[in-house]
Amino acid sequence: MASLDLNDKSEERALFGRRVIVLLVGVVVLLGILVGRLVQLQVIDHAKYQTRSENNRIQVQPMVPRRGLIMDHNGVLLADNRPIHNLAIVKERVGDLDAMLAQLRTLLTLDEGDEDAFRKRLKRQRRPYEPILLKSNLTEEERARLALERYRLAGVEVVPDTVRFYPFGELYAHALGSVRRVNEDDLRSLDPVKYAGTEFIGKLGVEKFYEASLHGDVGYQQVEVDAYGRIRKELNVDPPKAGRNLRLFLDADLQIAADAALGERRGAVVAIDPRTGGILAMVSKPAYDPNHFVTGISAREYNTLLNLRSKPMFNRVINGRYAPGSTFKPAIGLAALSNRVLTWDETIFDQGSFRLPHSSRIYRDWSWQRGNSGGQGIVDLNRAIYRSSNVFFYTMASRMKIEQITQFVSQLGFGRVTSADVADASPGLLPDPAWKRAVKKEPWYPGDNVNLGIGQGDLLVTPLQLASYVSVIANRGHFRRPRLLADADGELSEEVSFDALPDVQGPSPDDWEKLVDAMENVVHRGNLGFRQSGTAWPYIGQDISYRMAGKSGTAQVVEIKQGHTYDETELDEYQRKHAWFIAFAPADDPMIAIAVLVENGGGGSGVAAPVAREVADAYILPRLLVAQHSAAGS
Amino acid sequence: MARDFVRTIGLGTGTTRDRFRLELLPDPILMVLLFVLMAFGLMVLYSALHEEVSMVESQALKLGAGVVILLVLAHIHPREYLQFAPFVYVGGVLMLILVLVVGDIAKGGQRWLDLGPLPRFQPSEILKLAVPLTVASYLHDRKLPPGFVDVLVSLAIISVPVLLIVVQPDLGTGLLVASAGGAVLFLAGLPWRWLLGAGAIVAAAAPILWTRLHDYQQQRILTLFDPESDPLGAGWNIIQSTTAIGSGGLAGKGLLQGTQSRLDFLPEAQTDFILAVIGEELGMIGVCLFLLIYLLIVLRCMHIAMLSKRTYDRLVAGSIGITFFIYVFVNVGMVCGLLPVVGVPLPLVSYGGTSALTLLATFGVLLSVYKYRNG
Repeated sequence: MASLDLNDKSEERALFGRRVIVLLVGVVVLLGILVGRLVQLQVIDHAKYQTRSENNRIQVQPMVPRRGLIMDHNGVLLADNRPIHNLAIVKERVGDLDAMLAQLRTLLTLDEGDEDAFRKRLKRQRRPYEPILLKSNLTEEERARLALERYRLAGVEVVPDTVRFYPFGELYAHALGSVRRVNEDDLRSLDPVKYAGTEFIGKLGVEKFYEASLHGDVGYQQVEVDAYGRIRKELNVDPPKAGRNLRLFLDADLQIAADAALGERRGAVVAIDPRTGGILAMVSKPAYDPNHFVTGISAREYNTLLNLRSKPMFNRVINGRYAPGSTFKPAIGLAALSNRVLTWDETIFDQGSFRLPHSSRIYRDWSWQRGNSGGQGIVDLNRAIYRSSNVFFYTMASRMKIEQITQFVSQLGFGRVTSADVADASPGLLPDPAWKRAVKKEPWYPGDNVNLGIGQGDLLVTPLQLASYVSVIANRGHFRRPRLLADADGELSEEVSFDALPDVQGPSPDDWEKLVDAMENVVHRGNLGFRQSGTAWPYIGQDISYRMAGKSGTAQVVEIKQGHTYDETELDEYQRKHAWFIAFAPADDPMIAIAVLVENGGGGSGVAAPVAREVADAYILPRLLVAQHSAAGS
Repeated sequence: MARDFVRTIGLGTGTTRDRFRLELLPDPILMVLLFVLMAFGLMVLYSALHEEVSMVESQALKLGAGVVILLVLAHIHPREYLQFAPFVYVGGVLMLILVLVVGDIAKGGQRWLDLGPLPRFQPSEILKLAVPLTVASYLHDRKLPPGFVDVLVSLAIISVPVLLIVVQPDLGTGLLVASAGGAVLFLAGLPWRWLLGAGAIVAAAAPILWTRLHDYQQQRILTLFDPESDPLGAGWNIIQSTTAIGSGGLAGKGLLQGTQSRLDFLPEAQTDFILAVIGEELGMIGVCLFLLIYLLIVLRCMHIAMLSKRTYDRLVAGSIGITFFIYVFVNVGMVCGLLPVVGVPLPLVSYGGTSALTLLATFGVLLSVYKYRNG
């Protein structure tokens, strides 16, 4: 103890005291630095860190609105929303992504498409801890297997979702179109606010045209999240507004009947209610199941569909462009009457062929190969229509200037889009000299008029256009726009005009009635001997219980050279003629107007007319029964 | 000696009140400061632990155990430390060597030693106290300021354990142990030319030292200058802790209201980064209050050192005060984004037993110095 005391020297104490003071000065300086830093963080830059902290915890998450339903005219659901479960991955919570994918592959099938799409989505802008879709529409079994392995699958989530469901599958593929998953291209063009969180977008048909109305308005919820992206609290909700429910004019029973009538043949059926312009049936065959596109289709399957020769992805109703053939003859007849180069009383002699002055080219009647002598003999307009005389209409077309023809027939919807709400409808092609110079680099020849007279040459129409045209005839010149939408359960977001188009100028009421008579003869005039019956009578006119007006057409697919004859057996299936039939019924008070196309089907009367008859029967017979009953009852 | 022992176990003479004062409050000022600090600390911990009472209780128990150790150590005469420190020192160094051979690996370094029935602990904690005590015991009967040989011997005493800790690797603790030993040397009157020389050597060697650092250590230092360069990786802690502190503002968001800590944005909120919880919930006022308590404790330590009559006591008390301050400064500086991230808890506030026990044991030694200041 004495040795300790020895150290207690005053100079040592003084030295120690100085050292303590130096250290205390250091302490104060360092504390000053800390306080300075606190002032900087908590006073000067407080607002900045405040914002940062709020941004950390508060997330604004979009709430996707429920997509509007689509119903047929009687309320049958055509497009529904179905609950499913998706597999999603929270990348931040998965350590080794490749290892996780490998592990998932042992539990469920992940095709290349799933993984490629997943990796693309990974690269997109997203919020932290946002689950990224890997595979949609898990089966019950897959979900059960995932649930069992749950503890080994951190960051893998099964997320409930709803997807579009088309209960009728193929039946409405072309009429409704479908929704598809939003892709990179869509993201570039879509409004990022309106479409925040939306996964599906209408790509074709009704789904495309009424996308804005069906989509609805996005809602937002403000949530407090923790560092792992888990929602802890809901702060504020601005709920989404569901999309509009749409009721269409389409009639499920009629659509089924039209589909059945066409059977396995390639072609199209369009039925319109002439009184409203409402499209009652719209069938294009072959078709595909739109449900496959909703949850994703592999590139291989897609390419197979795309490359099939029968083109199931192709909507023939609106995009198939065909020569109208003889179905165009009523239009030429009306044009000739309107331009006063023809009266109902005028007759010409049809000996089976036609030749322009100073030309060696022979234009033949369709009957050339049948019987020993071609031609329909003495024909007026009425007979020219029910016998479908080529020579009569060659003559009429050659009597008019091309402008006179095009001006008149464009009133009937040729060469333009007249439908109100059919997405991507083609205007077809109504050729004129300006078009021919620009596209074909050729002048307009008188022979072009002649071809146009029987609906051949460069003239192209879609089945929808022909249905609209025959509906205008049924209406005696009043033009109602073809339309799909009957009504919606609220304001539409689209600008769409359902106003009637101007009435067709030129023909008198008497002209319309006489034309309808002639078209009735096509179906009903029969039992009158050689070359006296309507062209369609043998096929559909013998047992019909109501009055139907119609016109057949047969359109060449390949040009038959001069001096050659058309021989079906020599041609490939896809080079055979297309069969057309247009009709409306009942003739006096039309309820339905129909256009039928059977691709490479052959003769219009024999092939397409029975289809039209079946469709008309399906629609009219039940309604006539109801009318009779209510008449008897009163 | 016998009387000391009797007193220690509470059988001494004098009135009950006297005994109470002597036994439980060897130095009422320091004890009150420590209790206030620990009480505030537990309060903040309650929030940082997401109101999990059982964990707060467990920490309170550890602190209580620490206080018992403190009281026991406070009643041991400093000369016992003087004599025993070298043995503890040697034992600690041996354990450090053992750690390098058989230690458990946790958080990327070999730091823990598992000795059968004893709880797992980090031998480096022992050295935090053993090194300054050993240096002081070496210097206490030498002529001060220390001569060339004495400085060299002291440096050797310091560097052996420091090097062993650094290679674990635990650079942070190594530097803390070095600074505790260095503080003794400085207080003993280490000539300034040594300090200047050491500064020059460190400056010259810095580039070489840099290349010797582990990647993660380099990363931590680089991140300090630009936390945004790796916001989800090395920069995450700093960004989140400065955000927490900054968003607290002057008065804070209120206890239990800190979103950064309660929503887990702030990592290590209950351990090394608990100051950010204080800053967020209690604001600048709260942080300054804590800093004030720490400052008062440091001042009291220095005061006790000044009161001591023996060289050994002065050196030990002074170095304990300075080392304590360095812990505070390194932790607060790190959480505020001024210093690189090293594993230094906020003294007596951060969750965890080892550090609290070591610190309270250290204060026990300090109080022994105070208690026996007159003989």
